[in-house]
Amino acid sequence: MKVAITSTGQSLESTLDQRFGRSAFFVIYDTETGGVEILPNPNKDAEEGAGPASVRLVASKEVKKIISGEFGVKIKSLLDSLQIQMVVYKEPEKTVQSVIDMLSK
Amino acid sequence: MSPRPTRLRRVSNPPVISGFRPYGGVAKEGQAQSVFLHLEEYEVIRLCDYENFNHHEAARVMDVSRPTLTRIYAKARAKIADALVTGKQIIIEGGKVYFDSEWYKCNGCNCLFNQPEKSVMPEKCPLCGSSEVVNYVPVDESTPVTHRAPSDICFCPACGYEKEHEPSQRCKDEICPVCNSRLMRKNNLLLKDI
Repeated sequence: MKVAITSTGQSLESTLDQRFGRSAFFVIYDTETGGVEILPNPNKDAEEGAGPASVRLVASKEVKKIISGEFGVKIKSLLDSLQIQMVVYKEPEKTVQSVIDMLSK
Repeated sequence: MSPRPTRLRRVSNPPVISGFRPYGGVAKEGQAQSVFLHLEEYEVIRLCDYENFNHHEAARVMDVSRPTLTRIYAKARAKIADALVTGKQIIIEGGKVYFDSEWYKCNGCNCLFNQPEKSVMPEKCPLCGSSEVVNYVPVDESTPVTHRAPSDICFCPACGYEKEHEPSQRCKDEICPVCNSRLMRKNNLLLKDI
């Protein structure tokens, strides 16, 4: 299963981004193979519609779970129809690596 | 004085469709007027007419008082009747509700998560794998618990025992655990005497 984690930077030592739609990077982690893919978010500075565009981006990677600090109002129904689970994790100090460690435990 | 904020109504699941559209008749296509059926009104119809609950039971499920439930029910029936008789389309949306089965909280890592499979209760936290998962009840920030009106307290006239009033439960139906007499609502008039 693939999990998307929002990240503020390009490495696994970066902290969790507290926004989903306008997060800087998405870290796609595969729980079966342990593989990691880091995607820059092209919608980072979008004025409108960043959430749905980001959903399309991560959905194209066949992600089943998204971990972020907050989700916007337009996203909920979209993710429901795509059967993607949302996890709200409000710990801005945590690094992406520590979240991956929690997932693989 | 501003009116008391509306209490959040609990809705078990969102409806499977978002509305109904009339067909046939003399109404011109594309010009159909709409009736907006709120989610709480949909839920009350589901509980009272589909699940055959009585108003007391339904009020408890939706976490409101029985009179409030009856008022929502009357409104729902009026809207549906209006749509049927005048040929309007029904759009189910809006209302002051929260979804019961929607969000869960993990006590292990303090994360919140939802469940795309609505009918299954999650056993494990999707993040840390802890099994301490509870239903997450959003707190209505406009009505903090500490600022409850004095009338939201049931008290025992015999011994002075007090407890927080539970919506959908009549105070006089509750028995004081200390002296076994019936409780009553603590109202503002009594507060002045104290």
